[in-house]
Amino acid sequence: MAIKTYAMAIKDVLAEEMRRDKNVFVMGEDIAEQGGIFGCTRGLLAEFGPERVRNTPISENAFVGTGVGAACAGLRPVVELMYMDFAYLAMDQLLNQAAKIRYMFGGKAKVPLVIRGQQGIGRGNAGQHSQSVESLFMHIPGMKVACPSTPADAAGLLRTAIRDDNPVMFFEHKALYATKGEVPDDTEFMVPFGKANIVKAGTDVTIVCSLLYVNRTMEAVGELESEGISCEVIDPRTLVPLDMDTIVASVKKTGRLVTVHEAHRTMGFGTEIAASVTEQAFSYLDAPPERLGAKMCTLPFNLGLENAVVPQKDEIKAAVKRTLYR
Amino acid sequence: MIEKERLIWIYRVMNEIRYFEEKAYTFFTQNILRGSVHLYTGEEAVAATVISLLRQDDYITSTHRGHGHGIAKSGDLKAAMAELMGKETGFCGGRGGSMHIADLNKGNLGANAIVGGGIPIAVGGGLAAKLLDTDRVSVSFFGDGASNQGTFHESLNLASVWKLPVIFVCENNQFAISVPTWQSTSVKDIAVRAAGYDMPGFTVDGNDVLAINDAMEKALDRARKKEGPSLIECKTYRWKGHWTGDPEVYRTRDDVAAWMEKCPIRRLRAYMLENKTATAAALDKIEAKAKAAVDEAAEFALNSLEPDPKTVMDNVYCVPGKEA
Repeated sequence: MAIKTYAMAIKDVLAEEMRRDKNVFVMGEDIAEQGGIFGCTRGLLAEFGPERVRNTPISENAFVGTGVGAACAGLRPVVELMYMDFAYLAMDQLLNQAAKIRYMFGGKAKVPLVIRGQQGIGRGNAGQHSQSVESLFMHIPGMKVACPSTPADAAGLLRTAIRDDNPVMFFEHKALYATKGEVPDDTEFMVPFGKANIVKAGTDVTIVCSLLYVNRTMEAVGELESEGISCEVIDPRTLVPLDMDTIVASVKKTGRLVTVHEAHRTMGFGTEIAASVTEQAFSYLDAPPERLGAKMCTLPFNLGLENAVVPQKDEIKAAVKRTLYR
Repeated sequence: MIEKERLIWIYRVMNEIRYFEEKAYTFFTQNILRGSVHLYTGEEAVAATVISLLRQDDYITSTHRGHGHGIAKSGDLKAAMAELMGKETGFCGGRGGSMHIADLNKGNLGANAIVGGGIPIAVGGGLAAKLLDTDRVSVSFFGDGASNQGTFHESLNLASVWKLPVIFVCENNQFAISVPTWQSTSVKDIAVRAAGYDMPGFTVDGNDVLAINDAMEKALDRARKKEGPSLIECKTYRWKGHWTGDPEVYRTRDDVAAWMEKCPIRRLRAYMLENKTATAAALDKIEAKAKAAVDEAAEFALNSLEPDPKTVMDNVYCVPGKEA
């Protein structure tokens, strides 16, 4: 085990996988000499050279598409989007191409492509650089979606993503890059897709959360526990595939569900989870599921306004208490 | 100058494409085919000539009007016709249809129903060729309409900056569905756009096998030597509507008839006879064989099984051990 930041965990796995497999390469904006604006590719240029560590022009649709083509032709590209908000510039290549190629071509192609980058609030980046867009990618068959909340998960999920033969959207969170945690030294350490992490066991209520909101939920949970409310906190870690078994088993135990995320509440992944729980464990529910997510409002620049849009600790606590009729 | 064997190959493939499209049109009018079928009739010289210079391990990407490219790259008329009919034996097991013919084992990275969607994918083929340390090249076929997509401009820039072995082949058939290029495109010759990306640009008569070949040889030489990409614009004309149900309000029968006079197959035949590449009897035989091969493919497709609905969820994802 080593203590690493979330950013360092990502950088180390990229380097380890590039050492292991010469077909793995990275490209994106400002990722070579600068090492990415958050440092996730720092040092890769020096070790692997400019053929495998490529600065791209600011042409998201073209360089994502280039990744799609290179993946079809046998490479394993890891493409960095500087902000996941910029995925919108490459939606055709992501959703019409990468996600569909295997199926549309009758299973005779594979697209081992990782699109990784950060998203979310925390740096005053306003409406076009602070969004949480992971839920959008659950709606399109053919994409996998990973959302690590800890340095260890970042490392283990990224290694799994790079070795997966499908396109993977890998969502990092800008406010998590500096967080530290233990990461196994094993260069084969992988976190399987579709296996949720029970962050904390509990008996009264199930809370499903991801990315930055695992930490934020845990702050609320600390206070709820001191009020005698036992919370089970689940981080799904991947949204596609989604480990509903773990979530449903938990709700069958607690009888209550709260979903918390930074993505907009309407059609956010919490909506899908709440609906699935309602289908699969309706008779176990002692209260309606509660869904927390960003208000249906563009992320504002001003800190006070930004805080007013995304779920706050007191709102998480209040939602948990509503499920307990307290 | 094209060597005899290759000229004959081009002639055969052009005839196969011509008969294939005629058969597809007949099947569409008989309701045997469903969906959108975009016929390549009249443009055969481009696919056949360009692909005649490629190796099997070179890559192509193709378009919604992609039957010709798919046939020329793979040579598998049966899998092509079966795919148009949505049969299990088609290139894509009936999951793709007319607009998505792909054959990755033979370098066809796929036809694309998004205009301009295949252009960056071809750039990816070129990048793979480079990083895998091969001298493969990657050819992107696209139309005049796609040259107004961002992907065209972004991809030409990227391929040029990275000196990738990509050949951008624009099939300018003069209409984006119903809109003529003069209404939609800032330049008369799309190949002049190459200058903006510091690569050679060629505008050629797309019905002239020799002219296409000449430009393609130059572009190919540059790509194989790892000197970078090129843009070739082939001016041609589609004899049929944008798709098989097109009301064709944007042109007259006389316009079409005038272009049919410039038939690329007849033109190649005249050239081959004049240069004694082959006798009329030999060329007739090639045509008859092409027609027979298409008929055989049609029979094969008609007799092929429909895909089993139980398999509908197969291959949404690649599952370890079932990569195929």
